[in-house]
Amino acid sequence: MDLTIAGVLTLDGLTNGAIYALLGIATVLIFTVTRILFIPQGEFVAFGALTLALFQTGQVPGTVWLLLVAAAAAFLLDLYALLRAPRAAGRAAAICRLAASQLAVPILIAALAIWAAPRGLPILAQGLLTLLIITPLGPLTYRLVYQSIAEASVLVLLIVSVGVHFVLLGLALFFFGAEGFRNPPFVDARYALGPLNLSGQVIGIFVVFILLMVMLRLFFGRTLYGKALRATAVNRLGARLLAISADSAGKLAFAMAAFIGALSGLLIGSTTTVFYDSGFLIGLKGFIAAVGGGLASYPATAVGALLLGVAESFGSFWASSLKEAIVFTLILPVLLWRSLYTPHHEEH
Amino acid sequence: MKPTSDTLRALPAQSARRPGASMARTAIFALFVAALVALPLLPVPEFWITQLNYIGLYAIVVVGVVLLTGMAGLTSFGQAAFVGLGAYATGVLTATYGLSPWLGLLAGLAVSACAALLIGPLTLRMSGHYLPVATIAWGLALFYIMSSIEFLGKYDGLMGVPPVSIGALVFDTGRSQFYLIWAFALAATLAALWLLDSRTGRAIRALREGSVMAEAMGVHTLRYKIGVFVLAALFAAVSGWLYAHFQRSVNPSPFGLNMGIQYLFMAVLGGMGSVWGALTGAAAVKLIEDQLQVWIPALLGRTGSFEVIAFGIILVLVLKYARQGIWSFLDGLVPRPRRKRDWAEAAPLPVRPKPRRGAVVLEGTGLRRQFGGLVAVNDVDLAVRAGDIVGLIGPNGAGKSTTFHLLSGVLALTAGEIRLHGQRVDGLPSRVIASRGLARTFQHVKMIPDMSVLENVALGAHLRGGAGALRSMLRLDRAQERSLLKEAEAQLMRVGLGEHLHEPAGNLAMGLQRLMEIARALCSDPAVLLLDEPAAGLRHFEKQALAKVLRQLRDEGMGILLVEHDMDLMMSVADRIVVMEFGTRLMEGTPAEVRASPAVRAAYLGTEH
Amino acid sequence: MNFRKLLVPAIVALLFQPAAQAEITIGVSLPLTGPASGLGIPCNNGLALWPKSIAGEPLRVIVLDDASDPTIGVKNARRFVSEDKVDLIVGSAATPVALAMSDVAAQAKTVQLAASPIVTAPGKDEWSFRLAQSNAVMAIPIVAHMKKLGVKTVGFLGYSDTYGESWLNDFTKEAKAAGISVIGAERFARTDTSVTAQALKLTSANPDAILIAASGSGAAMPHKAVVDRGYRGKIYQTHSAASRDLMRVGGKDVEGAYVVSGPATVADQLPDAHPSKKFGVDYIARYEKIHGAGSRNQFAAHMYDAAILLEKAVPAALRKAKPGTPEFRAALKEALESGGVTPVSQGIINYTPQDHWGFTKETGLIMKVVNGDWKVEQ
Repeated sequence: MDLTIAGVLTLDGLTNGAIYALLGIATVLIFTVTRILFIPQGEFVAFGALTLALFQTGQVPGTVWLLLVAAAAAFLLDLYALLRAPRAAGRAAAICRLAASQLAVPILIAALAIWAAPRGLPILAQGLLTLLIITPLGPLTYRLVYQSIAEASVLVLLIVSVGVHFVLLGLALFFFGAEGFRNPPFVDARYALGPLNLSGQVIGIFVVFILLMVMLRLFFGRTLYGKALRATAVNRLGARLLAISADSAGKLAFAMAAFIGALSGLLIGSTTTVFYDSGFLIGLKGFIAAVGGGLASYPATAVGALLLGVAESFGSFWASSLKEAIVFTLILPVLLWRSLYTPHHEEH
Repeated sequence: MKPTSDTLRALPAQSARRPGASMARTAIFALFVAALVALPLLPVPEFWITQLNYIGLYAIVVVGVVLLTGMAGLTSFGQAAFVGLGAYATGVLTATYGLSPWLGLLAGLAVSACAALLIGPLTLRMSGHYLPVATIAWGLALFYIMSSIEFLGKYDGLMGVPPVSIGALVFDTGRSQFYLIWAFALAATLAALWLLDSRTGRAIRALREGSVMAEAMGVHTLRYKIGVFVLAALFAAVSGWLYAHFQRSVNPSPFGLNMGIQYLFMAVLGGMGSVWGALTGAAAVKLIEDQLQVWIPALLGRTGSFEVIAFGIILVLVLKYARQGIWSFLDGLVPRPRRKRDWAEAAPLPVRPKPRRGAVVLEGTGLRRQFGGLVAVNDVDLAVRAGDIVGLIGPNGAGKSTTFHLLSGVLALTAGEIRLHGQRVDGLPSRVIASRGLARTFQHVKMIPDMSVLENVALGAHLRGGAGALRSMLRLDRAQERSLLKEAEAQLMRVGLGEHLHEPAGNLAMGLQRLMEIARALCSDPAVLLLDEPAAGLRHFEKQALAKVLRQLRDEGMGILLVEHDMDLMMSVADRIVVMEFGTRLMEGTPAEVRASPAVRAAYLGTEH
Repeated sequence: MNFRKLLVPAIVALLFQPAAQAEITIGVSLPLTGPASGLGIPCNNGLALWPKSIAGEPLRVIVLDDASDPTIGVKNARRFVSEDKVDLIVGSAATPVALAMSDVAAQAKTVQLAASPIVTAPGKDEWSFRLAQSNAVMAIPIVAHMKKLGVKTVGFLGYSDTYGESWLNDFTKEAKAAGISVIGAERFARTDTSVTAQALKLTSANPDAILIAASGSGAAMPHKAVVDRGYRGKIYQTHSAASRDLMRVGGKDVEGAYVVSGPATVADQLPDAHPSKKFGVDYIARYEKIHGAGSRNQFAAHMYDAAILLEKAVPAALRKAKPGTPEFRAALKEALESGGVTPVSQGIINYTPQDHWGFTKETGLIMKVVNGDWKVEQ
C-alpha cells in the first residue's frame, strides 16, 4: 500500500461517499419533516440515471408515463375530496383551479419530453428534462401514499416505505429492462492532480455536493420556506397552529429529496453502470449514513457517508469478496456509539 | 350511584357472564387442531400441503417477531439471518458430516443463541430508530458472511440435506413433513401464548411502553430485551432447521433483507397484538403471493415485474386501511371469555418485614439535580417515616416530580445522598431501589393499555414472583400465577376498582387509571410509597375514598410521600408538608403551619418574599 | 323431447369418441425479476421461438418467475410436478436456482433441462441435462488463445456469485494445465458503484492478461475500470458477456477485448461447414425479427436449442408412452440420452447416460471486439 494507491482509493471512496452523502441528506430531510424513513430514496437515483439513458437512445422513458398517471391519480383523489366537501358556490371554478394546479405542469413536462425525446438535444438539456420529470414524483408519492397516514407510527411508515420500494423497483424493471446503462459524461475533461486522475465528472460530483450543502444551509437558515420546514420537523402540531401546512411541508421535503436523488443519478450515470436495481443499495448506504449522523444533522451525515465510502473502497481493495460484510459489520459500532451518545427519549 | 362506603368494598367481578364464549373458543381451537391432523390424510392436492408447510415455517419465525416487535416493541428486520444460522448449522452437520438432524437442531439453536447473545447487548441498548437500522445492518452482514464462506457452500449453498427421522419414521414426503412442521408451529404458538400470560409475559409487554415504568416495577429491562431477542432467534433457528430438511438444500437467498422485511410484514398484516396474528399473517401473505403469481399473468399476460408492483401496492394499502391486522378483526367475531377466577385458594405471597412505626424509611439529604445551568432541585432535605404521610407541595415547576425521579432512581443525583432503610441507594438503578421496598406512581400514567387492569396491577408484584420464561412456556408456573393475581385483585379491591378487573386498562378514565397505578404500586409490598398526583382526575367522593385508603395504609405502618395539587385532600391527609419553590425547600411543617405561612402564600400567588 | 331417440346416438358417440388430444406440458421457471433477470428475461423471450406442437401433440408451456431465488425455484418445481403434472421442467437460468430445482426433478423423476451450467454432486444429475455449456468447456478456447499469445500470468475479476466462483475454479484448473498461473482474484457485485479498488489491486500486479467473469452490461464497468487504470495487457471476457450490451455500455473502452462465445451469436461469421451455422443463422433471424436487430444473446439461444432437442426426443418418447405418465417422462430421459450427436445453435450436444453436459470441447469460439462488433478470431 503506497501513497498513490491510498490516494486513488481515497478519491474513489470520497466520490462514492459524496453520492451516499447526498442520499443521506435527502433521507434526513424527509425524516425530520415527516418522520418517514424513506427507504426508496435510492430508486430516484436509478430513475434519474436511466431516464437520461433512454433519452440518449431517442426513446420516451417510461417515467414520463408514470408522471402522468401519478398526477392523474392525485388529481382524482383531490377531486373526490373536493366533491365530498359541502356544496359551496364556485365549485366549477374550484375544480378548474385544481385541474390547473395539479395537471397543467405534469402535462406540460410530459409533452415537452415526448417532443424532445427523438430530437437528440444536448445532454445538458436532457438532464434538465430528467430533473423536471423525476422531481414531481416526490410530492406525488407523498400525496398518493403517505398523506392519509401521516400521523401513523414510525414503524408503520417504514413498512409502507418498503411497499413503495417494491412498487418503484418493479416499475423500474418494467420501464428500463434488466440490463444496465451508462451515460456520456456532462463534462468530458480529465485533470491530473499529482498521481491522481480526476475526471470532469468526479469534480462535478464534489462541486454539486458542496453547492448543495451550502444551499441547504441557506435554505433552512434564511428562507421562510426553510424555516417552515424546520418548524414542522420540530413540532408538527405547533407548526400547523401557525398556519404552516404539514402536508405542504411534506410535499416540499419529498420534492427536494426526489430532486437530490435524480441529480445524484445524473451524476453517477457516467461513472457507474446503472441497473434498475442499483438504487437500493446506494440508498441503503445513504440511509445508514443518515442514521449514523443521528437522523438530524446534515454535516454529520455527510461526514459519515464519506467515511463509509472510503471504508468501502479500502475494504474492496483488501478483501473484495467480503467487502459488503465488512461494511455492514463496521456500521454496528458506529450505530452503538451513536445510540449511546444521543439522549434517549421515550416515544409515547 | 352507590353510596361512598360501598365503593371500596365492591365484590370481585362475577366470572364469565358469557359462559358460551369460553366454550366457543375452545371448540374453534379443537377444530383447528383436528383439521391440521386430518388434512394430510385427505386427498387434497399436494400443492396445498406444500403451501401449508411454508406457512407453518414462516409462522414459527413470525411468532418470534410478534413477541419481539409486537409485545416488546423491538423492531427487527434481521430475523431472517437467524433462520439462516439454524439452516446452515444443520446443513453442515447433516450434509457435510452426515450427523443426525436432531444434532443439527441442537447446533442451530446453540449457534443462534450465541449470535443473539453477542448481537443483543450491542444493539438492544439502542433506542428509537437506531434499532431497526442496526438489525438491517447485522442482518445484511450475516447474510453476506454466510454467502461467502467456503464450507457453507458459498453462493451455491449446501445440497443433499437428508430428511428428519425418528427411529424408523422418516419425514421425507410433504405430508409427513406437514406433521413435523405444524407440530413445531403449534408448540411455538402455545409456548408464546403461555409466556405472555405469565409474570415474564407481563414484564415483556411492559418493555414496549418504555423502560422507565418497567424498571420501576423491578424489571431488568436490558436483560428482558436480550431474553426476548434470544427467544425470537431460537424460534427463527427452529424454522431454519425445519426449512433445511424440508427443502433438502440450503442456500443464502431466503436469509437476506427481503425475507426479513416479509416476516415483519406478515406480523403487521396478521396483527401484532396477538400471537395468533403470526399464523394469520403468514397464511395471508403466502396466499396473496400465490394468487398474484396466478392472476397477474392471466390479467396482464406477462409475469415478472407486475407481481412485485402489485405486492408493494397491497402492502401499502393494507397499512393504510387495515393496520390493526386481520386477526383483530377475526378475534372480534367470537366474544372473548373472561378470565376464570381460580385463585381463591392461592397461597399468599411472601411479605417483607416492615420497619417499626416512626423509623425513618426514606431519607434524602442535600438532594441536588442540575440540567446544565438549570438547577431543578437545590439541596433539598426530605425524610419519610414509617406510619407518616408527607406531602410535597409547590407551584408548577417547583421540582416536585424531579425530586420523585431522584428518590426512585429514575434520574441521577448531581449531588446529595439518599438512604432507604438507612442504606445508601443513590446511584442505584430504579429496579434495585424498587426491590428494596420503594414503590411509586407517575405524573403521566404509565401503563399497558391493551392489557387488563388486573394484569397491569399484577406487574407490580413482579419482584415477588420468581417463575422464569421457561416455566411459563411450559405452563408450570400456574400456582405462583394464581398467588400473584390474587394479590393484584386484593389491591384493586382496596382502591375501589374491584369492578374493573378485566377491562383493558386503556379503557379506564384517567382518574381510575391513577388508582390502578396505586394498586400496582401496593402490589410490590412496599415500605414506602411515592404518589405523584394520585387524585388528578378523580371526582369528589372518589377523592374521599382515596383519602381513606391512604390513611388506612398509614395506619398499617406505610410511609407515604405525596405530591398533590388538591389542597383540601392534602391538608386532610398529610401529617407533615414540605413546600418547594424553584427547586428549593421553602419550609416544612404541619398542615396548619403551612397554611398559615405567609411565605407559602406568597410563593403560590407569585409575590416576592 | 324424446330421450330415447337421443340415447343410441349418444352411446355411439361416447364409444367412438376420438382420443382426447394429449398435450405435452412443460414447466418453465425463469428469473424474470431479481438480480439474474438479465439472464431470465432473454430466456423468456427465447420461448417465443418454440413450436406450438411437436409430433402432433400441442405444447402447453407454463412460465413462472422464480425471482432469482432458489426457494421460489423449488416451490415452482414442486408445483410443476404435483399440480401441473408436467412432462418436463425447463430452468432456471440462474445457477443456484436450477441447482436447487434439480433435487426436486430427481425426486419426481422428471427431466430438467437446466438453462445454466449446474454442478451437482456426482451422480445427482440423473434427471438434469444442461442446455448451457459448462464454464470449463468455455474456458478451453480462452486458455488456448492465451497460450498462443504467450500469456503467462492472469488476473481474475469476477462476480461474487456462483458464476464468478465457478469460472475462477474452472479457469484456474484449465490454465494451470497450460502453464498459466492466476496471480490475483478480485470479486465485485453487479450493482457496485465502482470497481476501482479491485481494478487497482489487479493491475498493480501487472498480469499479462485479465479475465473478467460477468454478464451482459455488468461486464462493462470492470472492463472500463481496468482500462482506466492504464492497463495495457489483454482483456478477456466470458460468454455471458457476449452480447451487444457489453459494447453498448463499454463503448470504445472494450475495443480489442477477446470474448469467448458459443457459436449461436456469431453464426453469420462462421464458415458454412460449421455444423451449428444453419441453426445459429435461423435463431438470429427469427429472434431478431421479433426483438430487433442486434438483440441476439446466449440465453435465448439455449431455449432455441431446447426446442431442437425436444423435436428429436419427443417423437421417440411418444412411441413408448403417452404424455402425462411417468413412463413418458422416463422415455423422454432415455430419448435425450440416446439422441446421439445433435448439432444445435450453441454447438454440438451429445448427451449420454453418463454425461448430461453434452457440449464438446470445441464448442467455444474466441471473438474480438472490433469497431463495436464481433469478429471471430481464426
